[in-house]
Amino acid sequence: MEMKPLTRVVLGLVCLLVAIWLVAPTLVVVPMSFNENKSLAFPPQGFSWQWYQNFVTNPDWSNSFLNSLKVASIVAVLATVLGTLAAFGLDRMKARPANLLRMLMLTPMVVPGVVLAIGIYAVYLDTRLVGTLLGFVLAHTILALPFVLIAVSANLEVFDRRLETAAASLGANALTTFRTVTLPLIAPGLLSGLLFAFATSFDEIVVSLFITNPYLKTLPVQIFASITRDADPTVAAVGTILLFATTILIGSGMLLLGRERKGRQ
Amino acid sequence: MNPGQESRGNPGQESRGAAIDLKSISKAYGSFKALDGVSLHIKAGEFMTLLGPSGSGKTTTLNVVAGFTEASSGALEVGGKSVVGVPAHKRNIGVVFQHYALFPHMTVSRNVAYPLALRGVAGAERERRVGQALDMVKMADFGHRFPSELSGGQQQRVALARAIVFDPPLLLMDEPLGALDKKLREWLQLEIKRIHRELGTTFVYVTHDQEEALVLSDRIAVFNRGRIEQIGTGRELYDEPATLFVGKFIGDSTVLRGAAATSGGETAIDIAGQKVATVKRLANGGRPVMLLRPEKLALARRGVGGDGRNRLTGRIGEAIYLGSGSKYEVDLADGSKAIVRSTLEADSFAIGDEVDVLFAGADVKLLADDDKADLTLT
Ligand SMILES: Nc1ncnc2c1ncn2[C@@H]1O[C@H](COP(=O)(O)OP(=O)(O)O)[C@@H](O)[C@H]1O
Ligand SMILES: [Mg+2]
Repeated sequence: MEMKPLTRVVLGLVCLLVAIWLVAPTLVVVPMSFNENKSLAFPPQGFSWQWYQNFVTNPDWSNSFLNSLKVASIVAVLATVLGTLAAFGLDRMKARPANLLRMLMLTPMVVPGVVLAIGIYAVYLDTRLVGTLLGFVLAHTILALPFVLIAVSANLEVFDRRLETAAASLGANALTTFRTVTLPLIAPGLLSGLLFAFATSFDEIVVSLFITNPYLKTLPVQIFASITRDADPTVAAVGTILLFATTILIGSGMLLLGRERKGRQ
Repeated sequence: MNPGQESRGNPGQESRGAAIDLKSISKAYGSFKALDGVSLHIKAGEFMTLLGPSGSGKTTTLNVVAGFTEASSGALEVGGKSVVGVPAHKRNIGVVFQHYALFPHMTVSRNVAYPLALRGVAGAERERRVGQALDMVKMADFGHRFPSELSGGQQQRVALARAIVFDPPLLLMDEPLGALDKKLREWLQLEIKRIHRELGTTFVYVTHDQEEALVLSDRIAVFNRGRIEQIGTGRELYDEPATLFVGKFIGDSTVLRGAAATSGGETAIDIAGQKVATVKRLANGGRPVMLLRPEKLALARRGVGGDGRNRLTGRIGEAIYLGSGSKYEVDLADGSKAIVRSTLEADSFAIGDEVDVLFAGADVKLLADDDKADLTLT
């Protein structure tokens, strides 16, 4: 159906408004990070790099950032390996028990974070895992696993298992088949699972608040602590850095995917 | 010559194919028997077709040979060696699937190179053999394309190249042309025949299309309900069907039923009051079925001619012009249908004409009735 010019203009305006509404809070952060005064008031006054400098030089900030990076990286790999194995197992099981098990493994997504946090905290107190790297990794992996499971399962659903039969007829054993046929074809699911797992861990706050201690803080914990203590624009600087990092990451990922798809068509 | 490899009828050319022996292979799914004692010897270098309606066990048989499915019982030898318990990836058998099964993330060349890479063939030798295989299926110019950039027929030719590039002594094909249109199918049938001739390996081909089976095969095994009804050349199956099922599945046929009376060494059959004389004796009594091929029947105006041949009265129900002649469906007095093929020179008839169907007693095949054969054929 042809659209009338007026309809087109109105529709365009509405879309623009919605877009602004969605990104405005994010974009407010950027000017705030250059504030000259130690205040989170908007609009900010003057211009300075001091909050970026603070982020790099103040060990409270830089250490928590490195901690988050470390935890999220380990969690991403661990959750991807475990989640992929789980997705495979479920894909190749009988439907009924598989559905039951799948629901069980997805519960961390639906159970309220606080409930999980209290449970984990109680266990960690006994096992002395509070404030340890292992503690953070284990807790975050529980939370990240469902994302990997969902992403990889979605890919396996459309994966043609008959290709594995074909590979066998050509002489490939199970491991070679997985490496050369199955894995490359489910790679997009794996990759998005990996990213989701990383992101889940990197900005996890609820459970982290429970299992943190002064010796091991992650970035969200540090942000939360900072913002409850005083109005420090370093928070805005961190937010801006993360905004650009994720934009570049997601953007290049989409570019790569697009190029690959084009190559195949 | 290796044990189990026999020379083909082709003089001067030593066969590179493997003989295959299936001995009472059965496959049960729960209480359902998908295969029920299938025995089949395939000669080295032979083109054997497994023909039968959908669900008759052809794919299951192929899967057992390929190693994708384990038989419940029975023995299986390829090239004189038992392969029972040998996993598919160690059998060195080429397989072509109806759904092509090309790896979508690899180019045509990499698809074809895949089995070579697994066998440690590398570098220039690998390239040469990939080129040779693609040449054989006339896809040499498409090496850098991805499967999604090819038509169905092209994809299947690449799949064929991939299945023969590692020189397997046996090639299995499961309805490889099933998803293609008729023109393409007929052309690829001839291509497959040529490739079989050039390679000299054993081909086992599955189809439910009897015409395709007749075009391609040295011999055909007719499957029905998990059993083999008959094994023979196309000619043998057409001229001498062992069962009513085979007679009806291969070619057109007229099937008549009536009470038999044997006297003086010959059996006569009563078809709605009209006696049909045959030259055979009915061995086992029972209710026989008569099977007649369309070109053995002739049409005449009611009561005209006949010179001592059997005569059944009927009326033309359908007349189809075929170019090289005509095909008629005649509604007979007993309610059955006769299918008659006539040449261009013969008299032509119109729908509704009262006619007599004429045929010699020697052309009547007497077969045991089995209601199983009445299942709708696909
Ligand atoms: N995995 C399976 N589980 C249960 N029944 C099966 C299975 N595979 C095949 N069958 C049954 O075995 C019979 C033969 O199947 P198949 O060999 O595929 O027939 P065809 O290839 O001749 O069409 C069919 O009735 C089919 O439903
Ligand atoms: Mg089949």
